[in-house]
Amino acid sequence: MTLLLVALGLLLASGGGALVSAKSPRGSTAVGAAGAVVACTVGLIPAVRVLLGAPVLALRVAWEVPSGAFFLEVDALSAFFLILIFGLSALTAVYGSEYLLPYGDKKSLGPNWFFFNVLVASMALVVTARNGVLFLMAWEVMALASFFLVTFEDEHESVRAAGRTYLVATHLGTAFLLAFFLLLQRASGSLDFDRLATAPAEASLLFLLAVVGFGTKAGFVPFHVWLPEAHPAAPSHVSAVMSGVMIKTGIYGLVRMLTVLGPPPAWWGWLLCGIGLTSGIFGVLFALAQHDLKRLLAYHSVENIGIMALGLGVGVVGLSAGNPTLTVLGFAGALLHVVNHAIFKGLLFLCAGAVAHATGTREIDHLGGLLKRMPWTGAAFLTGSVAICGLPPLNGFVSEFLIYLGALHGAISPGRITAIPVLGVLGGLALIGGLAAACFTKAFGIVFLGEARSDHTAHAHEPGLAMRLPMLALAAGCVLIGCFAPWVVGALAPVVERVTGLPAESVRANLALATGPLLFVVLATLGLLVVTALLIGSRRWLLAGRCVEEGLTWDCGYAQPSARMQYTASSFAQPLTDLFGSLLQIRRRVVPPAGLFPTEASLVTDTPDVCVEYLYQPVFDGIGRGLSALRWLQHGQVNLYVLYIAITLLVLLVWQIG
Amino acid sequence: MTSDALLPVLLPLGLSPLLLGVVNRTKAIVAGRAGQPLLQPYFDLAKLLRKAPVYSRTTTWVFRAGPIVGLAALVLATTLVPFGAGPAPMAFSGDLILFAYLLGLLRLFTVLAALDTGSSFEGMGASREVTFSALAEPALLLALAALAHRTGSLSLSSMYASLDASAWVHVGPALAMLTGGLLIVFLAENARIPIDDPTTHLELTMIHEVMVLDHSGPDLAFILYGAALKLWLLGALLVGVVVPLHGGPWWIDTAAALSGMLGLAIVTGLIESSMARWRLVRVPQLLIGAGVLSALAFVLVLQ
Repeated sequence: MTLLLVALGLLLASGGGALVSAKSPRGSTAVGAAGAVVACTVGLIPAVRVLLGAPVLALRVAWEVPSGAFFLEVDALSAFFLILIFGLSALTAVYGSEYLLPYGDKKSLGPNWFFFNVLVASMALVVTARNGVLFLMAWEVMALASFFLVTFEDEHESVRAAGRTYLVATHLGTAFLLAFFLLLQRASGSLDFDRLATAPAEASLLFLLAVVGFGTKAGFVPFHVWLPEAHPAAPSHVSAVMSGVMIKTGIYGLVRMLTVLGPPPAWWGWLLCGIGLTSGIFGVLFALAQHDLKRLLAYHSVENIGIMALGLGVGVVGLSAGNPTLTVLGFAGALLHVVNHAIFKGLLFLCAGAVAHATGTREIDHLGGLLKRMPWTGAAFLTGSVAICGLPPLNGFVSEFLIYLGALHGAISPGRITAIPVLGVLGGLALIGGLAAACFTKAFGIVFLGEARSDHTAHAHEPGLAMRLPMLALAAGCVLIGCFAPWVVGALAPVVERVTGLPAESVRANLALATGPLLFVVLATLGLLVVTALLIGSRRWLLAGRCVEEGLTWDCGYAQPSARMQYTASSFAQPLTDLFGSLLQIRRRVVPPAGLFPTEASLVTDTPDVCVEYLYQPVFDGIGRGLSALRWLQHGQVNLYVLYIAITLLVLLVWQIG
Repeated sequence: MTSDALLPVLLPLGLSPLLLGVVNRTKAIVAGRAGQPLLQPYFDLAKLLRKAPVYSRTTTWVFRAGPIVGLAALVLATTLVPFGAGPAPMAFSGDLILFAYLLGLLRLFTVLAALDTGSSFEGMGASREVTFSALAEPALLLALAALAHRTGSLSLSSMYASLDASAWVHVGPALAMLTGGLLIVFLAENARIPIDDPTTHLELTMIHEVMVLDHSGPDLAFILYGAALKLWLLGALLVGVVVPLHGGPWWIDTAAALSGMLGLAIVTGLIESSMARWRLVRVPQLLIGAGVLSALAFVLVLQ
């Protein structure tokens, strides 16, 4: 526990140091980034130890706050999330140390590093806090720190708007959590997590509050609207942290609270499966329609959160049906997907940052052919794409395999209660997988392959070592988890045990249902490598001594092909976006070519989020109209405001006496 | 390890191009032509392997990796699919997911190789491929999940081994729907009419053929051989449901399954001769229909 406190202290101290040395961009970057890396390394030690079987760490200090206590604990579940938070934050801090420097001429980097380190510390506190008040405070600090990080480039109106959306959304979510904890406190008389208890009658209400509150942070549809705004606005290493680990604190909160809400009824599982399906399909479809690389990735976070919710749903269905196989495989799949998504989404955001850094644009349709200029970034992005599509032999396949396997076990178990949600999970995962493949062939294919579509790529170059190494490390993570899948899944046993409350033998026995098949998957991976090597060898042997020519791409005899005639991201996605047009509501502005010698023609498409357009916008407009009736109360005369205060106090006094 | 243990791998590796030959011969006979020799696909492969390829200057290593990774994924997929009474060399619970996702890996690399050329034709084919395969994927997995529920096992080999003719008596309608779903997936994934036309390329309406337009020499041989393997593998999944005959000596079971494959090839040829390719906007309806058939089959076997 001391090491964890040291890590938290180091984060705050180096953050403060970065603030003090804000005059020099290099100085504040050095202090901030080095502090983050050292603190994260220190913090990893206790987390890894607990996950490997060391006893649970706890610290309780009395606190003056009502119902509050400075109560920290590191159990297997906390350790699991701590490893993710510290691991990804350290890598992104290294990346940020190079990424941010060009901004140093225009603005001070000190505050950015301060808030980055505070964000890391608050996330660590969120997953270790064991008291409701402390948890909410850490939660709020996390929201505020990330808000200031999102609004780093606040000279752009779009960034300020994104920041506002984020601030409103996160506080609406927190309001639900506040209600959640108040109800819990009334039922159990304390806010210490080890004493939380609830009456079964209230459990379902509490569950719904938790789904909305934590779901807003995680990005469940329809509470996801802040995600595609905030993630592209933030600097790329911050996007990586926010998408990679910060939104996972929502999943953490949901999982943690499931352990105190008592045995779940079946419909909780059905609800989670439904949320998972909606978020998954909605997220990937909107990702397909995007033109901005980082916005596309942000919508994919919604999709992946959906996959995690599907896993949790399968697990909860298993819990309610008393089927340990479903429970263990569902929760293990969801938790492993949390890890995997942190790795590949972190990687993809870092690559997107490198692309934006090198070309000055995130517009997919302006890019092309970058693989030749940025071979390392391109290879890393391809690794991340294969992983996020859930394809073997990388890590994304392993967690999806667990969820599939859980669902299939549900499909063959007798009883229709488990079979129906399972049907949705199987069909949904398959559809999401197919659509994700469409989306990432688009993202990688249009950005990195073919010919450059504009001048933006003319001066593109590979980023420096500090940006490249974190990308390579994360790409290696994708490969390693894929190759050592059975052992990684086995290592999840203590976490799954903590989450499901099942006895250790049962967890191990049911995880073995997955680790056995995963050994075959590893064997298949080896086979894939061997066959690939054989094919490469045989092609080399066949081509030896032959004259291999280079030429133009076959263009059907057209005399003057130009790079602008290539397929674009929009045209690539068009069949799918048309097919789902009634959901996507894409806006098209077309200037058709006119006359015999048309001079200009254009097509602009724009896909605003339907949840914003048809759900939040009308509601907020209505609230605005309703409240404008009260505008006469507010007229800028201070003496009258003082009168309001006096009257309010008087009324309160009378009420109290009466 | 008995003498027939490797048959499910060796048969497709050796005979899958012949399947294409049978399809082509059927089409020729229906059209009143003599047609090419049955072994023409083998001659084509041999000729392509002897040629030198031409690469576009636009392309990168992704273009060269496409055919190799694709064929490797298919060879691995071959080790998962049972044939006749023989279980596949690799059988484990959940192997059907690995099978579906290996096909996904093949598709990803084919599509990326197509996009690597920078040609709008190939981009068009790639775009259609990802659209239709995304819709075909749920149909395939739901059909297999229905089989899993019916047979109570989660690996392709034991699923197909415990399926016998009596299943058609008990859950005939469900199996019929499942067959329908799998047949549509089979036609779509193998780029056959009415979804795609394997005989022409360079038309704006084509999908698979146009994606591989720039490949030549041994690369194209790998792709064509891979396409034959894929035809065999998805066909074997279909034939295993329609002709679930086993229990006799292994050579009788294998002969039954082989005649099933022959029948499937002839049926494919007849479908291709008797139908036109559908308009592209109607293809998604067909594929969603396949998904609905599979889902209904799943619901029916729950009874």
